[in-house]
Amino acid sequence: MTGRRGVRGWLDPRGRHSGMWTLVAGRVAGIGLTCYLYAHLAVLSLLTRGPGTWDRFVAIAGHPAFLALDAVLVAGLLVHAAHGVRVALQGSGLLIGARRSLMVALAVVGVAVGLVAIVLLFN
Amino acid sequence: MNETTDGEAAIRVTVYRRRAGDTDPHYDDFDVPYRPGMTVLDILMSIRSHQDAELTFRHSCLHASCGTCGMRVNRRERLACVTPAGAPGDQVLIEPLAGAEVRSDLVVDMRPFYESLDAVGRPLLRGDEHNHDGHRLEDCIECSLCTSACPVTATDGRYAGPAVLAATERVLREPRGHDAAAVLERADREQGAWRCHLALECSQVCPAGVDPAGAIMRLRRDLLRRHLALHVHRARNGRRS
Repeated sequence: MTGRRGVRGWLDPRGRHSGMWTLVAGRVAGIGLTCYLYAHLAVLSLLTRGPGTWDRFVAIAGHPAFLALDAVLVAGLLVHAAHGVRVALQGSGLLIGARRSLMVALAVVGVAVGLVAIVLLFN
Repeated sequence: MNETTDGEAAIRVTVYRRRAGDTDPHYDDFDVPYRPGMTVLDILMSIRSHQDAELTFRHSCLHASCGTCGMRVNRRERLACVTPAGAPGDQVLIEPLAGAEVRSDLVVDMRPFYESLDAVGRPLLRGDEHNHDGHRLEDCIECSLCTSACPVTATDGRYAGPAVLAATERVLREPRGHDAAAVLERADREQGAWRCHLALECSQVCPAGVDPAGAIMRLRRDLLRRHLALHVHRARNGRRS
């Protein structure tokens, strides 16, 4: 028996620290964004069914509940992007001594951008 | 609150069990009498002395120098000898290190880990030879906690792992007779420094203050510079020809 934790080792942040939590968040957001990409393509395929079908979808897309899903999408994008920036910088050997500060800075920027995006979405 | 059959305050301990020949592991529960200041290793010794003589675990120095009592305590890599057991009523989950073959209960096969360190050259220095950058790999006690905590090793047994890559970075800084080029070539592979995903857990769980994650990042920075320099060199030569 190898004792390997398998995929659980990638996705289980229990007992772990901020680096692992950001890794898990980045992965989950990435999986979510991949699912969204296919959902987006499926929605775009409605265009092939004529203007009536598309207009009915657009009417649904303006509903607050649907906009809430857009807010989740924005959050996912920001989480994935922030994690990507962290990995790109530190994976290249930059800001090695400022690991926690970089995480905090990216989190602050992400939350600020997310709040602005949500306000714009619902207005 | 948990109590022993004698009515003593106790800590409820759940221990991973697997013996040679077992098809699947299982977990056993024990109520261990609480003593102020007791460690996780004290718990295991108490179980073996009074409840289950067959419980297998490894230990030696009792003061975090030898690195032999590494295990996962409540899903976190710890040295059992210096990890507080908790308070009466607490529940403690004890499992073997991950990423290594379980030999028996909490004992894992450390040979592959030691062999991979041997391949790098184990950059140990004498006490009066410490470098001055604050990252003394010679503090490494080779406990393998970092390897167990790394998410990459959870799925990929070919990954060099944090301890080996940290040792690699140390050798490159101060080769001392080691073949630095060969060591660097091994680190520059897909399963070397580039496989790290920066979860940084290795540095968090290290009981000796070594910073394997920092070493891996420095190693990648050096590798990146070498690759960039090589590309620039080739581009210039290409223009000349």
